[in-house]
Amino acid sequence: MQYAVNAAAALLVAAMAAGFAQAQTPPLSLVPYVVAGGSIEKPLAAPGNVQRGQAIVLDKSLSSCVLCHVVPDPEHRPMGNIAPPLAGVGARLSAGQMRLRLVDSTLLNAHSIMPPYYRVEGLHQVAPAWRGKPIMSAQQIEDMVAWLLTLKEPPR
Amino acid sequence: MKALLLLAAGMLVAAPAWTQNRVIPQAGLKSGFEFLSPDLKKMQLDDFANPGTLWVDRGEKLWRAEAGAAKKSCADCHGDARASMKGVAARYPQVDRHSGDLMTLEARILQSRVERQKAVPFARESEDLLALSAYVAYQSRGMAMEADIEGAARKHFDAGEAMFFRRRGQLNLNCAHCHDANWGRTLYAERISQGQPNAYPAYRLEWQTLGSLERRLRACLSGVRAEILPFGSPEYADLALYLSWRAKGLPIETPGVRR
Ligand code: HEC
Ligand code: HEC
Ligand code: HEC
Repeated sequence: MQYAVNAAAALLVAAMAAGFAQAQTPPLSLVPYVVAGGSIEKPLAAPGNVQRGQAIVLDKSLSSCVLCHVVPDPEHRPMGNIAPPLAGVGARLSAGQMRLRLVDSTLLNAHSIMPPYYRVEGLHQVAPAWRGKPIMSAQQIEDMVAWLLTLKEPPR
Repeated sequence: MKALLLLAAGMLVAAPAWTQNRVIPQAGLKSGFEFLSPDLKKMQLDDFANPGTLWVDRGEKLWRAEAGAAKKSCADCHGDARASMKGVAARYPQVDRHSGDLMTLEARILQSRVERQKAVPFARESEDLLALSAYVAYQSRGMAMEADIEGAARKHFDAGEAMFFRRRGQLNLNCAHCHDANWGRTLYAERISQGQPNAYPAYRLEWQTLGSLERRLRACLSGVRAEILPFGSPEYADLALYLSWRAKGLPIETPGVRR
């Protein structure tokens, strides 16, 4: 199953590189989205709330982001360094590009280790408590996008 | 370099036939010990400070205690563990000649307990089973891990290897993502080691007790929000065999001390 998903993603990436318009439809239980040109342009829910987005990203057990990323945090809590620091990401990426990375980074890079935050299919042996549920709701994705877009300052 | 490793780990998922190769070369193997703070290193190395010693001592007493309908102790059949059990743990998991099942050291001890001593089996993760497995593994302390993956063990090795590289859980991660591609980096506040099995059973501060390798694996699995199988499931033995092969040459540290 995973093989098929990875292969599909690899094709997608290859096709995007070749400059074709791409369309991919998510399973029915999730809000439908369209991946095109390395981005999901259309918001999945109501406009994101910056404060809520910040709280979600900084909440380790809710979002896990800080397991891997260093993100700007007034309280300087511990954070991991597996992934690039997110300071400045708001200047590097558009809302649509950010949304795609949060929804499912493997659609962009089949080998990405970033968890797919808005996906339920093609996952293996998910614990019963989480089965069939995306890690985040559509609204939580939008909230995070809104906050990440405010991170214009590069890491110091 | 890391990116290359990551790519390699990813390709392994698609092409299991390539996985004969070691992602971490044998010369680059590092025990989890090397990732401990100086305090914890000291605690592990000093038998008086190492809390695991309590289980080893308890295991020594159990070794000599008569049990079950057979009214026999481990020592009645195996003699002095310092001689008869030396090097045994380094060869586990191992295929049982009669049943063809892959057995972890715990499973083998339970087998002797039930079939030879005719006694009620110890529960998994019980103090007694941990004590006996710590005592038996302690007899191999300092010896190099050398699990056999040929012959009847091969299919178990292959299954364990596939499991290591299979993404799982809601977070969609495989073992290699953390322990091959990102060891040495920090996950939240913890330095990721290579995920080697050579310290187990180990005393983990977070547990405040000794625990088996399987218990540690369950912690990694629940970390990625993956399904947890019952203790003693064959899948865990397969994975443990892959880990033992991957750790080939690392010295047994039982009882290790871990965070
Ligand atoms: C298991 C580790 C891991 C976790 C958890 C994780 N990420 Fe990532 N993230 C990565 C990696 C690795 C990359 C680099 C690109 C890639 O490999 O896909 C990345 C890339 C990104 C990017 C693009 C950065 C850039 O400069 O292009 C954003 C934005 C991002 N992550 C946000 C998040 C947010 C928000 C969360 C929590 C909801 C999160 N990540 C959780 C590993 C992780
Ligand atoms: C999200 C990252 C992550 C994933 C995925 C993961 N682990 Fe771990 N693992 C850790 C962390 C963190 C620790 C504790 C610190 C250390 O020793 O690395 C750990 C510890 C271990 C240890 C104990 C090492 C020691 O010396 O005490 C073993 C063995 C292990 N993992 C094996 C696995 C296996 C097998 C898998 C796949 C089923 C796996 N891990 C998946 C992060 C991970
Ligand atoms: C009545 C005799 C008897 C008793 C009592 C007994 N065993 Fe055994 N044990 C055996 C035999 C015979 C084997 C070899 C089994 C085989 O190879 O199929 C064995 C195998 C083992 C092995 C595997 C050794 C190896 O080289 O792989 C371990 C470990 C072990 N026993 C531990 C114990 C422990 C611990 C106890 C006490 C709880 C115990 N045994 C009690 C007869 C006994």
